[in-house]
Amino acid sequence: MQSTLALDIAHLLAGGIVLVSFMMLYQDRLFALLNMFTLHALVLAASVAWQAYIQGAKHLYVTAAIALLFKAIIIPLALHRMIVKLGVHRDIETAVGVGQTMVAGMGLVALSMALMFNVTSEADPLVREDLAFALSVVLLGLLIMVTRRNAVSQIVGFMSLENGLVLAATGAKGMPLVVEISVAFSVLVAFIVIGAFLFRIRERFDSVDVGALDEFRGDRR
Amino acid sequence: MNAAALQLYCIVAFLALAALSVAAAFRPRASAGLYIANAVVAATAFAFSFAALFKGGDPALVHLPIGIPWLGAHFRIDALSSFFLSVINFGAATASLFAVGYGRREPEPSRILPFYPAFLAGMNLVLIADDAFTFLVSWEFMSLTSFALVIAHHHERENRRAAFVYLTMACFGTLSLLFVFGLLAGADGGYVFNDIRSRDLGAGLGGAVMLLALLGAGSKAGLAPVHVWLPLAHPAAPSHVSALMSGVMTKVAVYAFIRIAFDLVGISDWSIAAPVMLIGGATAVLGILHALMERDIKRLLAYSTIENIGVIFAMLGFAMAFQANGMAVQAALAFVAALFHVANHSIFKGLLFFGAGSMLNATGVRDIEQMGGLIHRMRKLAPLFLVGCVAISALPPLNGFASEWLAFQAVLQSPDLPQLGLKILSPMVGALLALAAALAAACFVRLYGVAFLGRPRSDHAIEAHDPDGWSLGVIGLMAALCVIFGIVPGIVLDALAPVATLMLGTPLAVQSGNDWLSVIPVNATQSSYNPLLLFFFIALSSFLAASVSRLTASHDYRRSPAWACGFEPAGAQTQYSGASFSQPIRNTLGRIAFRAAETVDMPPPGDQQPARFTLRLRDLVWDAIYGRIASVINAISDKLNALQFLTIRRYLSLVFATLVLMLLGLAAWS
Repeated sequence: MQSTLALDIAHLLAGGIVLVSFMMLYQDRLFALLNMFTLHALVLAASVAWQAYIQGAKHLYVTAAIALLFKAIIIPLALHRMIVKLGVHRDIETAVGVGQTMVAGMGLVALSMALMFNVTSEADPLVREDLAFALSVVLLGLLIMVTRRNAVSQIVGFMSLENGLVLAATGAKGMPLVVEISVAFSVLVAFIVIGAFLFRIRERFDSVDVGALDEFRGDRR
Repeated sequence: MNAAALQLYCIVAFLALAALSVAAAFRPRASAGLYIANAVVAATAFAFSFAALFKGGDPALVHLPIGIPWLGAHFRIDALSSFFLSVINFGAATASLFAVGYGRREPEPSRILPFYPAFLAGMNLVLIADDAFTFLVSWEFMSLTSFALVIAHHHERENRRAAFVYLTMACFGTLSLLFVFGLLAGADGGYVFNDIRSRDLGAGLGGAVMLLALLGAGSKAGLAPVHVWLPLAHPAAPSHVSALMSGVMTKVAVYAFIRIAFDLVGISDWSIAAPVMLIGGATAVLGILHALMERDIKRLLAYSTIENIGVIFAMLGFAMAFQANGMAVQAALAFVAALFHVANHSIFKGLLFFGAGSMLNATGVRDIEQMGGLIHRMRKLAPLFLVGCVAISALPPLNGFASEWLAFQAVLQSPDLPQLGLKILSPMVGALLALAAALAAACFVRLYGVAFLGRPRSDHAIEAHDPDGWSLGVIGLMAALCVIFGIVPGIVLDALAPVATLMLGTPLAVQSGNDWLSVIPVNATQSSYNPLLLFFFIALSSFLAASVSRLTASHDYRRSPAWACGFEPAGAQTQYSGASFSQPIRNTLGRIAFRAAETVDMPPPGDQQPARFTLRLRDLVWDAIYGRIASVINAISDKLNALQFLTIRRYLSLVFATLVLMLLGLAAWS
């Protein structure tokens, strides 16, 4: 059994990720959103590393390193370049108002807390709360994707959703390293593919606003 | 090394052949060699399983650490498996040998060769699986490989439709079996068959499992009303595969039903026997009525398979009814009759499909109304095919009669059943079976008469010639087996004793000690059948009749034109046709079963228009069940079509909303 302090720090870090998710939710500029995402990944890496330390699981350090390298450094840098190249760094965008979004986000966190505490009543308390935080992060990531109109910020939402999955995986003991590595790489591949598509979309429509795609199909905004 | 391990080696050999076929299929000469290799492996597997059936003893077990980690793959061979393995591998060996010659005409061998051994491996795997997971995976593997064989000739639109219907029905069948094993394993998930056997299900759950098993296994076997794919899919495949699907794969389904009903669940309740009997009887009549109306020879044979499967399931129903009432001898009789018919049907259906394949190759058509006169052109095939027709028509002294006679003996035991419902139902089912047997005889008289007798009905038939030596040899072997099984059924029945002992606890009385090799199922005062004497009587009397007519008849004969009522010699079209032959049955039973409607459009005198006769048959099962389901699904998809044209954000929102709703539901429920 771990000491209470170790548990508290684990909770602090996992809760920190949820907090950063909320911060992402109300950013209306792309660079700010990107910075928040970098912070998100940093806190995730710290959380995973801490889990590795208290669980004594060596392979989680690898996961933490992957999170740090890919999500906190490579992907934000690449996205930064992409935003500059696409020339959308001055765009201000949200599809739904900040207030409603925040309220919806809080509802989602409440839902995942209530659900996880109910469903996993017999599990280890560390795992329980970790899973609740992870589900919150996943749902908030989905919410970011739904409330944005710009394709780049949808990617960021997707990436933060994936961070929630990693958080859940590290909390549940016994997830093999192979699975985590393959998830990490599939996200990377998805990122590359989506990035390539973004440039193609932009070439054709002069915009990465997904509304442009709808217009092209004959729908009204 | 035990029997299960030997069988697994054979399966590995089949899979290796499948891999080899992928590499070799592009070499045109490879086909014959590969089929011979298949035949060798199948014959080896047959030898192993046949030896296991005779050796008896404890079931052979093998446990491999593949598949689900905590479960692994369990394999087991007991008497039931080894009997069905023998039937299947014999069928596989003969089909492979037939294909050595037949496969040369195959336009696209690379579409068939790799899947053929895989299909054989799949069927073998189903029979030795000893846990639910392995069973279902093997079952699905068998379905998918046979689907690949059905769609091999995909250029024809009809075949694509057949494959689609088959795939849909196979999914449905596997789904039912999935539920069966889910219910059997229970909440604890004991998926190994031994755990399932030791569980007590209770009457309600047991009944549900039986009905689902009937649906799942029945959809593969071809029970009405889930038979619709069978007459489409079996003919679509190349003939040797049709023979396998019809003669052998349906038996795998019979095995699945026996395994679940008699072994895993156990027979304790008579009420479940009633639907099995009734569905079996109805299937038999429906199948053979369809066969009587059919012109396509391979579809005709497929429909006849449905009839035989109906007979087998009806017998299994009788065995269940007797067993539930503790009438052990009678149960063994019905059960053994079913198994004997399984073996017999696989032999003569194989023979007939091989014959049909040879006729198809020789004439290029599948329509029997375009054949005719083949007895003069396919001189060697004609008598062998006749043996198959006589056997399947249940005429003495061949094997079809032996098993159907046993079946009717079981029906005649039914007045001893204590329940009034079964007392009433049994004679009804018996009557249905008798009707089916009579109609089957009519059906095969029609097939043989129209295809082989008379004058060629089209130019295709004029050019017909005998098939190659491989094909003829295999067909001859099977015809010989039809005769042998018919003349000494006692030996076969004794070989089935371990299976009946394993499933029911009591075997049929030993037959091989009886005088004159007669068959006495219950006791001699009730009934006995002596095929050997009957055979000699038939042989002797026909020999005598032939010699008397030869001796007394005039020896000088003259050739003269046939008298045609004073008319000019008419074309081949005016011969008595298959449609004419089945007309009386169409007008009586067909009016109910198919809503048969005939209209004659006779132009008035002086009009130059030709007279027209149109015949409309409706498949009521298709209209009533499948047509409705299809229209409901179409209506729903029309409504949901709008979902195809949403924006990306709407889709995301939809996914998100669904997820949140389900989570909310879970939160509220837990």
